[in-house]
Amino acid sequence: MYEFEFSRPTGMQEALAAVAGGAQPLSGGMTLLPVLKQRLNMPDAVVSLTAIPEMKGVKAEGKLLTIGAATPHAVVAREAAAHYPALAKLAGGIGDPMVRNRGTIGGSIANNDPSACYPSAVLASGATIRTNKRSINADQFFEGLFTTALEEGEIITAVQFPIPLRAAYVKFDQPASRFALTGVFVAQYSTGVRVAVTGASDNGVFRWTEAETALSTRFTPEALGGVSLSPAGMMRDLHGTPDYRAHLAGVLCRRAVAAAI
Amino acid sequence: MTKLTMTVNGRKMSGTAEGRTLLSDFLRQDLGLTGTHVGCDTSQCGACTVHIDGLAVKSCAVLAMECEGAEVTTIEGMANKDGSLSVLQQAFQDHHGLQCGFCTPGMVMSAAALLQDNPRPSETEIRHHLEGNICRCTGYHNIVKAVLAASGQPVPEGVTATD
Repeated sequence: MYEFEFSRPTGMQEALAAVAGGAQPLSGGMTLLPVLKQRLNMPDAVVSLTAIPEMKGVKAEGKLLTIGAATPHAVVAREAAAHYPALAKLAGGIGDPMVRNRGTIGGSIANNDPSACYPSAVLASGATIRTNKRSINADQFFEGLFTTALEEGEIITAVQFPIPLRAAYVKFDQPASRFALTGVFVAQYSTGVRVAVTGASDNGVFRWTEAETALSTRFTPEALGGVSLSPAGMMRDLHGTPDYRAHLAGVLCRRAVAAAI
Repeated sequence: MTKLTMTVNGRKMSGTAEGRTLLSDFLRQDLGLTGTHVGCDTSQCGACTVHIDGLAVKSCAVLAMECEGAEVTTIEGMANKDGSLSVLQQAFQDHHGLQCGFCTPGMVMSAAALLQDNPRPSETEIRHHLEGNICRCTGYHNIVKAVLAASGQPVPEGVTATD
């Protein structure tokens, strides 16, 4: 790692001032620290966002679940379980116990790794990403591989999830990294069904609209019978071909619906 | 360099760190606590697992300065007050839960965190919980037996590999 100045403020204003001054925000560090070790990024300053009380915690109000951006996965797994079980289960399946004690929801979605679990829940729930400047709808937030709508000097403060009627997330683990080789999040709302797929597309998480249309008519695995995903634009790597991932997304989507009903 | 103070194994300890100093390096090089092992330095193997404020973390993926004022427990803090091995450590010895021993500090710290939350875990729960700790010698069976024994449960003759 190159040397950098480190700060860990307890107040939002101090953190924002540091970020405005060019400091790299650090949350759980489960991705950023390995990146810094590999010298793929060389910030002059790093500001930790994990000591700011208003950026932490899980709060349910009516049909909305608000999660502070610096809330670790293990806390979401525990505290969201009563309100949004599918989201809690997703959080409890990320990485391993040590990663879940450090990694945060805000860090995960700001990074927008194409194989991360959280972006699928955020997109399938039509969640709202709250930042220090504005609120961003999930449909506008994820812009592609490791790319989001966040601007310079903008940090995520919380994520607000509308709680669905029924939902489930099913992923096929990449056995070494525990990232999703492919994962599908299905959420049923009174207004319709939303389906988000992670770990499959070259362009990061995406909504599978054909599956949404089919499932909005009938929320059963069989409703997906005539629906298939094109392998065009799917990831190709050591672990799977585009055809494999497109097929896997269909299988996982049916399993997710079966788990939700 | 900045002065840094944290409570390690119940004792207040100070050293100096740069922004980029990892907690694993601070513990080993500044505080001389070399029981915490660095296996991969890429946050995959879990050999460097310690507890920060009671939670298991990989100390090679935490900056030392994130731990100002924190309560840190390392493998050196796991033995009984009289220096004898704790129940969990003794179980690793009794069940031969190690061969080369390099991963053992991390295995013990990770297993201790499991037993704090779940005093009588099933074999499947143990295997699932230890998925962030890699051992290249044992094939894990004896480690699982050690954790079962430490939790006061009967240890089967053979343990079955499950996912």
